Amino acid sequence: MGERGPSLFQAIRDFSESASPIDFILIAQHWNMFLTGTGYTLFLVTASLVAGGVLSLPLSVARAYRTPVLNQIVFAFVYLFRGTPLLVQLYLIYYGLGQLEAVRESFLWLVLREPLWCTLICFSLNTAAYTTEIFRGAIEAIPYGEIEAAKACGMSGWLRARRIVLPIALRRALPAYSNEIIFMVHGSVVASTVTIVDILGAGRVLNAKYYLAYEGFIAAAVLYMLLVFFITRGFKLWEKHWHTHLRPREA
Amino acid sequence: MDVVIAYMPMILKGTWITIAVSVCSVLLAVFLGLIGAWGKLSRSKVANSTAGAYTTLIRGVPDLVLMLLLFYGGQQMLNNLGDATGWWDYLEINHFTAGVFTIGFIYGAYMTETFRGAYLAIPRGQIEAGIAYGMGAHLLFIRVIWPQLIRYALPSFGNNWLVLLKTTALVSVLGLHELVWESFTAGRATRQLFSFFFVTMMIYLMLTAVSDVGLRWLNRKYSAGVRRA
Repeated sequence: MGERGPSLFQAIRDFSESASPIDFILIAQHWNMFLTGTGYTLFLVTASLVAGGVLSLPLSVARAYRTPVLNQIVFAFVYLFRGTPLLVQLYLIYYGLGQLEAVRESFLWLVLREPLWCTLICFSLNTAAYTTEIFRGAIEAIPYGEIEAAKACGMSGWLRARRIVLPIALRRALPAYSNEIIFMVHGSVVASTVTIVDILGAGRVLNAKYYLAYEGFIAAAVLYMLLVFFITRGFKLWEKHWHTHLRPREA
Repeated sequence: MDVVIAYMPMILKGTWITIAVSVCSVLLAVFLGLIGAWGKLSRSKVANSTAGAYTTLIRGVPDLVLMLLLFYGGQQMLNNLGDATGWWDYLEINHFTAGVFTIGFIYGAYMTETFRGAYLAIPRGQIEAGIAYGMGAHLLFIRVIWPQLIRYALPSFGNNWLVLLKTTALVSVLGLHELVWESFTAGRATRQLFSFFFVTMMIYLMLTAVSDVGLRWLNRKYSAGVRRA
């Protein structure tokens, strides 16, 4: 038994190295790199979703209620971020801002010379733009009767927003927002182009280190698929919870 | 800004490549999307599951990962195949072809869903009426299904096109000399990356704005005969 243990392992290893099209043992040996990569991806996605989500709430309200001036500014912001590639936005912030003397000499440079901060800022602004559109649509889709009823009950603007408008709008926005989260996970891969070792970054490092064509990318693809799978599952459950009142009643 | 103007021919060349990649890959994507939709809607189990696997796999994985995988892995696989069969010597796929094939392949999956949804939106009665008139499958497709398929597919097609146009920026990571690559190179040479990326953004905005106008025109054209309230 003591003899066979290592030899069996050796056999698997030989198979992995020579016969199998993918050297899975090599991927397994670098599990910790992929684990930290997954950590980076998750961190980037969650942090920017939270920051972008918080930012998008007031912006979407400004758009939906056509607040003078602010409405136009938010429109321009959303148009700019939705009409250009995320990669170019990231390049502009990470590589571009260093060109401006004013930025390099201010305290901001401490933040803006770090790839991680640049990526966070870029992703947050990007998802804020997309989420603003989603929330705006949801707010505008609220049946006017509900707001009239709230007014008739004597609720003030703020109370109305807190009790009626936002709860209804956010629930309605849930399916579209789950799509946005998946886009964010998919979009986050561009972080690997500014030296961040996220999931794809780990795959690229592995491939570059051993001069491989598939292994790192396949491992990354599988990890991203798993991530998206779990997110969709989680959102289905969440939707069930928040949309209980919309489901057809069981007989 | 003077520097940017001096480099304008290079940027415009890059813009042209971006447009060319986008147009070629959207054509491939539509082609694959039609086949995929046919596969998803057909009665054949094999076609069903192949198309199903295609769309789930492609839509579950980020495009840059797939691009790198198809670009590096695909090249190696082709060469391994050439080695094994002896049909061809060492092949080097150029960046343009690789970009078009990977983007077309990826967006084919999204187009599959577009066309499947559009087909399902055609009222069943129209197809039945066509059959009742004695139209064969071919005539039915050309006269009844196709014009309406375009009508229902257009909004989603437009979305896919805009996303695809922006995705082509990723091909610069593979090394294709398109808009982003050219402006990165120019910006690095002149140490004016901000100006160049700003111009790049404006060019993308222009391209999306022009596409918007075009899509709206197409939409009007193909909804001739739709009654509006």
